[in-house]
Amino acid sequence: MSFINYSSREINCKIVYYGPGLCGKTTNLQFIYKKTSPQQKGKLISLATETERTLFFDFLPIALGDMRGFKVRFHLYTVPGQVFYAASRKLILKGVDGVVFVADSQIERTDANIESLEDLRINLADQGYELERLPFTMQYNKRDLPNVVPVAELDSLLNPDKVPAFECVATSGRGVFETLKNIGKQVLMELKKHY
Amino acid sequence: MSDFVMYEEEFRRVDEELRRLYQLANAKLVFLVDKNGQLIASAGDTHNIDTTALASLTAGNIAATGGIAKLLGQKEFSILFHEGDRDNIHISIVANKVILAVLFDQRSSLGIVRLRVKKSTGALTRILHEMDKKALGEKRGRAELSPFAEITDEDIDQLFK
Repeated sequence: MSFINYSSREINCKIVYYGPGLCGKTTNLQFIYKKTSPQQKGKLISLATETERTLFFDFLPIALGDMRGFKVRFHLYTVPGQVFYAASRKLILKGVDGVVFVADSQIERTDANIESLEDLRINLADQGYELERLPFTMQYNKRDLPNVVPVAELDSLLNPDKVPAFECVATSGRGVFETLKNIGKQVLMELKKHY
Repeated sequence: MSDFVMYEEEFRRVDEELRRLYQLANAKLVFLVDKNGQLIASAGDTHNIDTTALASLTAGNIAATGGIAKLLGQKEFSILFHEGDRDNIHISIVANKVILAVLFDQRSSLGIVRLRVKKSTGALTRILHEMDKKALGEKRGRAELSPFAEITDEDIDQLFK
């Protein structure tokens, strides 16, 4: 659910980074934060445990610029990936405009990816959304590691609908902004359809 | 899924109501957030406060408490109150749609804040209902005024260069 404010001439959209524990959702946001100019970004809020595992969510507001006199802002959220934080994950999906699924490319995380994607579908359905009808971008993270599943196989396992997918190394930033641009564009195109 | 659209006139009325509440409750800051964490309006001293983050965390707080309520078989906890050493914050849900938060210190009191919040909730509820009606009508009838009406794919591309 985006928020369009005619008075302050702002369009605010909510994008959620979803995926299994330790797949690199927070790392995506940290890289975006690091590489965005101070005028464009707000504070990066991380509600994390002492061991830096996300407890509730990370939050980063970024301003993209103007579009026909309207300021366009994205609010980026991550969910806690660990299985037992299911209740929190569901809450964060409330009012989402677009979803990025961050998959961990390592062979041993294949099941975790599938499980998390299923969890995403269920939690969206609980909020009355269908993944197929939402702006959705896939990201295959950790492509620099030696034991990764080939992209073609990830595509067939996780991306049967062939939504845009990006190879990524969130720690070095490869693919991070490509993913963000893609989901951002999809969200705005979707809004354009409705208004 | 309906988007949240705020027009000039309603914004002015919401703003006025928040300012009234800010003065009558003797608050430090009053702000209104939608349930997804977007700041709608605020009144008071926002210097040195990151209102965007504040809005997102307030909504997170309400969402988490709502989750607890559900687990306990409650519809929701409609009021939250956090007491601090110096400042306190009173958070309540208005019209089941937005969150009203009042930050105050020892110059006010919980009693006054509760009373004033209750009064403002009525006024804000009326404005929000009118806003909903208007948004529906606008969507049907005056699509040409939408910020998206003139936006081309190139405009969107341009944003991401």
